[in-house]
Amino acid sequence: MKLNSELLETNAGVLLVATMLAISVGGLVEIAPLFLIKNTVEDIPGVRPYTPLESRGRDIYVREGCYTCHSQMIRPFRDEQLRYGHYSLAAESKYDHPFQWGSKRTGPDLARVGGKYSNEWHVQHLIQPTSVVPESVMPNYPWLSATPLDYSDVADRLRALRTVGVPYSASEAEYQANVKQFGPEVAETLRIDKAQENLVAQAQAGNFDGDRAFVSEADALIAYLQVLGTMVDFSKLKPEDLVKYR
Amino acid sequence: MAENVQNQGPQTTGHVWDDTLQEYNNPLPAWWIYGFYATIVFAVVYWLIYPSWPIGKGFLPGVFGNITYTNAEGQNESWHWNTRAKLLRETQEAAVMQKPYFDKLASLPFDKISKDPELSSFVTSAGKPLFADNCAACHQSGGGGKIGSYPNLADDNWIYGGSYEKIQETITKGRHGYMPPFAEALDAGQIKALASYVLSLSGNHADAALAAQGKDLFHSNTAACFYCHGDDAKGRQDIGSANLTDKVWLWANVPGAADDAGKLAEVEKVITGGLSKGVMPTWEGRLNQEQIKLLTVYVHELGGGK
Repeated sequence: MKLNSELLETNAGVLLVATMLAISVGGLVEIAPLFLIKNTVEDIPGVRPYTPLESRGRDIYVREGCYTCHSQMIRPFRDEQLRYGHYSLAAESKYDHPFQWGSKRTGPDLARVGGKYSNEWHVQHLIQPTSVVPESVMPNYPWLSATPLDYSDVADRLRALRTVGVPYSASEAEYQANVKQFGPEVAETLRIDKAQENLVAQAQAGNFDGDRAFVSEADALIAYLQVLGTMVDFSKLKPEDLVKYR
Repeated sequence: MAENVQNQGPQTTGHVWDDTLQEYNNPLPAWWIYGFYATIVFAVVYWLIYPSWPIGKGFLPGVFGNITYTNAEGQNESWHWNTRAKLLRETQEAAVMQKPYFDKLASLPFDKISKDPELSSFVTSAGKPLFADNCAACHQSGGGGKIGSYPNLADDNWIYGGSYEKIQETITKGRHGYMPPFAEALDAGQIKALASYVLSLSGNHADAALAAQGKDLFHSNTAACFYCHGDDAKGRQDIGSANLTDKVWLWANVPGAADDAGKLAEVEKVITGGLSKGVMPTWEGRLNQEQIKLLTVYVHELGGGK
């Protein structure tokens, strides 16, 4: 049998393998080097895994499909920097599985929304966006502040994230490693054995939805929104150092 | 080939399917095939100019396309083309163009800024998008605020002070309003009396006997309202306690209440539950000093600056 187009066109199996080989070249050339090039993820201080409460908030963000209208990726363009703040770094989503960069902005980018509005604004805005932004087309999410957060399985969720590389600690040795890397305060929030306890404590202390009676889904979501983009202290970084990572 | 076509009709690939199904083998149009070659040439040129092929732990940085910018030490520095370097240069170029205005803004005292026509128009045009991006979500476009949540910035009533310095301080450091709840310290009758007194202070209709009782409570150590709102109930801007004698309401929606009973209920609600809201975020990490000064003047100019 000659190796020509007839061979491909008359053998479905050969065609399938050849097609997959041809397509994988594109993937290999575009994606594989990013895992090898050492500058892909910037080596900067400050980025930490989410606390259990923030992590559950992120789950709700994904569940409600927020990413379909909101990106979390400020591109290095002047107009975006003026509106949203410093461009996003790869390092800032290194503990995101999956990342929430999104691909479409019906609403604004949320990569640096943390600290921009008060908790109360977020509660009002989630219940009825037009109450604070009259021209908004965002749907109402009134159930978030009325629904108790299910955090019974939060330890399992952290364990799952741990298996894909997020440094939640399951042992004393891992805890000590976190103390070294993130400091004792953060390391404490990354303990899988204390996940539920830490979640409730953060919700009580933060009182994100303005109601301490129970931990609501809004508590978790707002805790997550309020930390977005706030982990890196850009006043301590030189702009040209970030340039040199690319 | 052309002869073949004339003599024997179109060439086929020679494949025959289902007895009679054949496939023409026409040559690609010349414009298409040359266009294809051109894209290959384009790709090679592109590799040379822009960062491209990965090599080990690095990549081919590209030539010709170097971008020069100023580093933190004030020296010029070049780096191979990338979007971050491009943004840094563009930001610095734009800053050079705006520099005369921002320098003047930084050097002039507040009250001189609004008297300088050129600078004043710069504040208006540059302040508008800044206000829209950062302030309007709460204070609403135009600065009208929202009763029950966010103060009006376009009137002459100020919780923390309407001077340039106070506005600047509010934007820079943020604010956090607080009033303790009185649900446990006072009984329902006392709260009703206090609410009546508060309403009477601003000329609203209230039961005179209840208001008199409320007045005593206001100045007593049981409720100790005077401690924050002052003996004259006009509030203290240094701690952000409200002036209760004017007709401006932020937390209790008195103007929106249908009748006297509704007004009373609104005020009672605030006294009972207290307030732990009125959070103004801090902007010093998000905006730079010049932007904050510009916004200060912009907000002051909205109508009510003192």
